[in-house]
Amino acid sequence: MTVALSGKEIASQLEEKLPESIIESGQDYLVVKNESLLAVAAFLKDTRDLDFDYLNFITAVDYYDHFEVVYRLSSLEHNHSLVMKTRCAERENPVLPSVIGLWQGADFQEREIYDLMGIRFEGHPNMKRIFLWEGFAGHPLRKDFR
Amino acid sequence: MEIGNVRPYIYPDIELDREEGQVIEDLKANSQPVIPDPDKWLEEELPQNILLTSVDALINWGRRSSLWPAICFPACCAFELIAANGPRFDLARFGMEILRASPRQADLMITAGTLTWKMAPNVRRIYNQMAEPKWVIAMGACGISGGIFASASYAVVPGYNHIIPVDVYVPGCPPRPEALIYGIQMLQKKIAKRRNLTLGKG
Repeated sequence: MTVALSGKEIASQLEEKLPESIIESGQDYLVVKNESLLAVAAFLKDTRDLDFDYLNFITAVDYYDHFEVVYRLSSLEHNHSLVMKTRCAERENPVLPSVIGLWQGADFQEREIYDLMGIRFEGHPNMKRIFLWEGFAGHPLRKDFR
Repeated sequence: MEIGNVRPYIYPDIELDREEGQVIEDLKANSQPVIPDPDKWLEEELPQNILLTSVDALINWGRRSSLWPAICFPACCAFELIAANGPRFDLARFGMEILRASPRQADLMITAGTLTWKMAPNVRRIYNQMAEPKWVIAMGACGISGGIFASASYAVVPGYNHIIPVDVYVPGCPPRPEALIYGIQMLQKKIAKRRNLTLGKG
C-alpha cells in the first residue's frame, strides 16, 4: 500500500531549503506558490529520501476566484505519494510553468488542462488543444462556460 | 570357393507383370462403348428451368441479401453490434455479417455510437468513400439525436442526420441485438421497394 506522506512535514523541510515557497500545507497536501513551483517540484523529485520520480496525474479545479492545479506525485522506489497544488488567480490568461522537463508524462495532461480549462503552461513544447478542434470558442470545463 | 550371402535379384517376379497385364486387359475390355457427354441433359432440362422476373426484383434481392456494413463504430453501441454478429444472434443468417474494413467494399453504415464534432469529418469521409448504392442505419439514441449528450454537450453531433442521410433509425441506449436485426430487416424491406431502372429519353 502506498504511504501518503504528510504535507506538513515536507513543508517544514521545504521551509529550510526554499523559504516562503509554501502557501499552505495539510495532512496530505501542500500548496505551492506559482513562482517556486518548478523549484519545489525539482526538490521533491531529486531529494534522495523523497524521490518522487512518478507523476500520477495533473488536474485542474475551477473555484471561480482562482484555479487550482493538482499534481499527484509518487515514488516508485519508496512507495509513497504526495499531493502538490498550486493556485492561479488570473482568469483571462492564466499561465503556470510546465513540469514536462521533470516528468514527461505531463505532456498530454497539460495540453488537456489547457484545452478544457484554459490554463497555459509555459515551457511546454507543444501547447495546443488536444481534444477539441483548433478554433473552438472557450474552455468548456470552466464553471462560467456558456 | 563358396560365395555366401548372394544378393537377391532386385526386379519383381514375372507374376506381377502378369497381374498388371490382366488389369489393362480388363479395362480395355470394359471400355469399348464411348461415355456420353455428362452435360447432355442440360439441353433438355434448361428450357424447363428458366424463371422470368423483373430486373428490379433481381437486383433488389441481390442487394438486400448481401448488406455489408463498413467498420465505423465510434462508441459503445458497437458492443451490441458485435453481439449481433456473434453466434447467439447470428447476423449471418441474413447475409450481412461481413464487416468490411474498407468502406469501398461496404454498402451499409451502422452508426453505432456517440459522434463528436472532431470525429464527424472522418465519418463523413468514410460515408463518401462507400460505393453507391449505400444506406445508413442510425443505431441508438446518440445516433438518432445525440442521446444524453444532445442538450448539454459542446462537442457531440446531435444526430448523424446532421452530416449524412439516414435511412433507418433504431432507438435504444443501446438497442438490443434483436432491435438492430429488426432495423436491418426494415432496411431490407425498404431496399426491396427500390426502383433501379428509369426510362430515359436519350
